[in-house]
Amino acid sequence: MKNPYRTQKIAFFLLFLATLLIVVPVGLIVVIIIQKGLPAINWQFLSDIPRQGMRAGGIFPAIVGTIYLVIGAIIFALPIGLLSAIYLSEYSKDNLLNRLIKLAIVNLAGVPSVVYGLFGLALFVIFFKFGASILSGSLTLGIMILPVIITTSREALESVPYSFREVSLSLGASKWQTIRHIVLPNAIPGILTGTILGLGRAAGETAPILFTVAAFYLPRLPNSIFDQAMALPYHLYVISTQVPNVDEKIRYGTAFVLLALVLFMNLVAIIIRYKFRKKKKW
Amino acid sequence: MRKFKEFIIEKLVLICGLASIFFVVLIFLFLLKEGLAVFKTVGPFKFLFGKSWYPISEPAQLGILPLILGSLLVTVGAAIISIPIGVGCAIYIAEIAPLKIKETLKAGIELLAAIPSVVLGFIGMITLVPLVKTVFHLPTGLTALSGSIMLAFMAMPTIVSIAEDALYSVPKTYKEGALALGATHWQTIWRVMLPAASSGILAAVMLGIGRVIGETMAVMMITGNAAVMPNSILAPVRTLTATIAAEMGEAVVGSEHYFALFAIGIVLFVISFAINVTADLFLHKRQ
Repeated sequence: MKNPYRTQKIAFFLLFLATLLIVVPVGLIVVIIIQKGLPAINWQFLSDIPRQGMRAGGIFPAIVGTIYLVIGAIIFALPIGLLSAIYLSEYSKDNLLNRLIKLAIVNLAGVPSVVYGLFGLALFVIFFKFGASILSGSLTLGIMILPVIITTSREALESVPYSFREVSLSLGASKWQTIRHIVLPNAIPGILTGTILGLGRAAGETAPILFTVAAFYLPRLPNSIFDQAMALPYHLYVISTQVPNVDEKIRYGTAFVLLALVLFMNLVAIIIRYKFRKKKKW
Repeated sequence: MRKFKEFIIEKLVLICGLASIFFVVLIFLFLLKEGLAVFKTVGPFKFLFGKSWYPISEPAQLGILPLILGSLLVTVGAAIISIPIGVGCAIYIAEIAPLKIKETLKAGIELLAAIPSVVLGFIGMITLVPLVKTVFHLPTGLTALSGSIMLAFMAMPTIVSIAEDALYSVPKTYKEGALALGATHWQTIWRVMLPAASSGILAAVMLGIGRVIGETMAVMMITGNAAVMPNSILAPVRTLTATIAAEMGEAVVGSEHYFALFAIGIVLFVISFAINVTADLFLHKRQ
């Protein structure tokens, strides 16, 4: 009969190997992009408009476009997402409606990003006649990140101990006063984490903005929220597949800026979460 | 007055609580509104099982079977790669890794989940595609296989984190009981932990696959985009998602082509809905 300890050794080795197969490529991806992208970064690349059909110059309009889109998405998604989380954690009872809402959130999170693009096109661009604009793109991205914000905010609210609420209510505060002055302040770090993660997601997505806002080549800054705009992820897609003979440095540089932006936001979220955990008094 | 304010706020919160349901329904309605029009010109059966997709020829041929098979081929490939590796990694993190390494590994997985798909597609084009080309001596490395490998990486973070949660939520007494009876750690994992966590792991796998089917940019960049019936995993294919992303820019609003792309959106929505509802049932069963 087989020796169970030898079997265990083999099995653990294989599991370790599986883990390496995920972690090593991730490390490689990040290292490659930093190594090849960092040399391309200078002030001119970050602050200049694209020139010569995107084969030279910088990526400034794409950076600005992405920032506009992300801000627009959060202005739309944060109030709705937060109130929705408050409903789920403070007001709702454990009934069918609650189940349905949770199921809807799961589904909203699972809808393919390109389907969000179609939806944004049909509703905002055509039906509401916003045209391909920052407004349409922001709203589409906002709906897409809603599940992230609701889920993380809800967790943050639910992690506030129940006794806090009881004390406040027994002192005569109303339900809303309790939420507003007791529950929310204690949940802010968690809500902030979720919001930043949502921002990172919105900044990196390409498919939802393809038909709702993204301009192939627009070497100026957008004038209003009804203007088209360039965006970093779409710009990377365009210069790596649609435009021939783009200098590798520009491609890697763009990928680096996009990755750095997204990872920076994730890092901030992780740091907030970590600090909060340490400071938690209960 | 205060009661009135409370009342208004409560209703406002309720309305926002219902927003998720509202948006899911709204998405579906608008897909239907724009997509169903295609069935005036082509029957549903012919649309789903027609073998040729030539949307701009005269008359247009709108059969999405090649696209469905393209998606299926890439997804099956990605599942074969990502399920064993993802579940293996989840077991390693949940059961074997020392505490310090555990946190680093989890951060690494989170990092992978955060990388935008267009960046992964870009890296895939530059590293993976030439590699597949030389290893298999192909005229082009833009194949279903390249897409599968790339997508496997996008499914893994989902699979690892949900499967790991499932393993954590197995009651500690199960593990202690098995160990006390003299089972080795591995026997405990294999015979006790995994069966106990099976419904959660199944949900993890399904959600990972859901992510793969819906993925767009990376797939569009590295699978070669040939809308023909796929005959090999080493040939270019085109998926449902990539078709929408690649062609919507050129489709005239209100044309047959435009309606057909929305109809593909309906197909994708229904697939992801089915996967998510089933996975949710599995996750719920556990509790």
